[in-house]
Amino acid sequence: MHITLEAFGRHKAALACFWVLVALYAAAAFAPVLAPYHFADEERGYSYCPPTPVEFLDNGRLAAPFVYGRQLTFDENHRRVYLIDKTKKYPLRFLGGGRLFTVEEPGRLYILGADSRGRDLFSRLLYGARISLSIGLLGVLISFGLGLLIGGIAGYYGGVADAFLMRTCEMFMLVPGFYLMLALRSAVPDNFNSVQVYLMVVVILSLIGWASLARVIRGMALSLRERDYVSAAKLLGLPDMVIIVRHILPHTIAYSLVAIMLTIPGYILGEAGLSLLGLGIQDPVPSWGNLLSESMGIVHIPFAPWILLPGLFIFVTVVCFNVVGDALRDALDPMMKEI
Amino acid sequence: MIAHLLRRLLISLLLLAAMSFLTFWLMHATPGNFFDSLKLNPQISAQTIADYEKLYHLKDPLVVQYGHWLLNVCRGEFGYSFYYNVPAGHIIASRLWNTFILSLTSLLLTWGLAIPLGIWAALRHGRMADGVLSFLSFAAFSAPPFFLAMLLLYAVSQWGILPLGGMHSAGYDRMPFVDKLIDVARHLVIPAVVLSLASIASLQRLMRGNMLAQLRQQYILAARAKGLPETEVIYRHALRNAFNPMVTLLGYEFASLLSGAALVEIVCSWPGLGMLMLTAVRSKDVYVVMASMLMGGVLLLLGNLLADFLLVWVDPRIRYGAKK
Repeated sequence: MHITLEAFGRHKAALACFWVLVALYAAAAFAPVLAPYHFADEERGYSYCPPTPVEFLDNGRLAAPFVYGRQLTFDENHRRVYLIDKTKKYPLRFLGGGRLFTVEEPGRLYILGADSRGRDLFSRLLYGARISLSIGLLGVLISFGLGLLIGGIAGYYGGVADAFLMRTCEMFMLVPGFYLMLALRSAVPDNFNSVQVYLMVVVILSLIGWASLARVIRGMALSLRERDYVSAAKLLGLPDMVIIVRHILPHTIAYSLVAIMLTIPGYILGEAGLSLLGLGIQDPVPSWGNLLSESMGIVHIPFAPWILLPGLFIFVTVVCFNVVGDALRDALDPMMKEI
Repeated sequence: MIAHLLRRLLISLLLLAAMSFLTFWLMHATPGNFFDSLKLNPQISAQTIADYEKLYHLKDPLVVQYGHWLLNVCRGEFGYSFYYNVPAGHIIASRLWNTFILSLTSLLLTWGLAIPLGIWAALRHGRMADGVLSFLSFAAFSAPPFFLAMLLLYAVSQWGILPLGGMHSAGYDRMPFVDKLIDVARHLVIPAVVLSLASIASLQRLMRGNMLAQLRQQYILAARAKGLPETEVIYRHALRNAFNPMVTLLGYEFASLLSGAALVEIVCSWPGLGMLMLTAVRSKDVYVVMASMLMGGVLLLLGNLLADFLLVWVDPRIRYGAKK
């Protein structure tokens, strides 16, 4: 393990990506503190308001940070234009009402711009990270629990149990993932509350993901059960489940760890896809997927390019998981590095 | 070999039936299914509801209902679309064809680009070009397809060189045949490129790895030692062996392609199976959902079968079902 960590540490890009992920998860955990507004806090008068820079200089002199007011006007094509109103200044307020920073009312602070209803995109991205990032982890944990257990049982017992479980796996792999996802979704009632919807998305994603892992683990268990220490454990009279969980599955940990890292992006994309189509997390609760749905029609992108940002966040997260997973594989398996 | 493939096909079909039963059961068992909403619709008379109930055996136990559905599917009747008010089979057929066109184009694009790129990168192993390509393919591999589609659509909307989404331009029906082809091809560009990009990236990496592994083998050294020209060493000897493992991936690639196609179709409003399924899911159009899912499975099955055949064709050493 020590050697592995050292090898991983030498991979500079992976280390950087690892810290980006840590930062993202930390930001998600502290979203209610870091975000200037609640995710549902809307101000219709500021629809698609561009990012408001925080000013530190007042007439060339250093001042406490503040933002200028915004004046909504329309140009000759009846497009929204937000003019900066230099007569109105709203100072930033720190540590007020449980938030790290926000701005004096009626000023609005839009670090990354506003969405169609004048909600702060930065705040919504932070709150959305809680859902998008946790769904990946939770989904992976459930489907890996399932996959490890079922793969272990199938490989250890072999015979009829193996055949039955493997056919079940194949059944889930027989339909293209996205179609299966939609079919499962259509079986779910529409009147769920946000917690139920969240759990539903987790369950759907896990149901789709467990099969491919179970097959690989089964192959490993098939060879591991021939080892001497497994025979020894049997002779000692240990129950089968104990042998599987304590003596066979731990040997698949290296593979599983890498596989977990490399499958989390799939779950994040799955959630994003479902929510993007309006079948997952529902507005006003934000997730990166449903935040991106504002750019679906592409008509608003030219006037408010910041609505593409959720996609960028998804992209960065996926890249980081892939880089870390790749480096982890190299570190755990030095032979692979040759290629 | 034929017997082996037939056996596999049979098992797969049985599993597909099992899968469809699972979804069928889930859809009917959960509260708020489509008949409840039909009953609440004041525009639909009690007589129509009764007719439907009789036609789809809704009063019978679920297994019997499913049995009737499966029998009908085997006869090529997929039930009725309550959303479009036509038999589900009518819509499915054209949508299936559109998805097939998109998937096939992407498949050709992927393999046509990934294999040469992989070889090229392997021959430039350790040089700048290889590094740049590695970096690019990593980025392409990680880019969410729907995000990529949005970016491309946006870029195209600024330049105005390609149509934005859909499959046909206005006035398509009055175009001569050649113009029709060009029109569809122009609409195809964005979804096909988005769909292919991630697969190109991963396949290119694999091809590069295979090629590098082969180039280190002894027989390459022998070929070079006996004075064969380098092109012959690479394309005649190394390439053939490097290409072999790729064929096994074809079926797998096809699966991810179909799955990815659904979402890209929706973002690019390409009228394919994925798009159909989405509207069906939204409107709780059960029979269309079932049929779309089934067709997705069948497409995947055909892809896998094709890969099995190709593998035998490419590598004569492989014999299915033969005893050692």
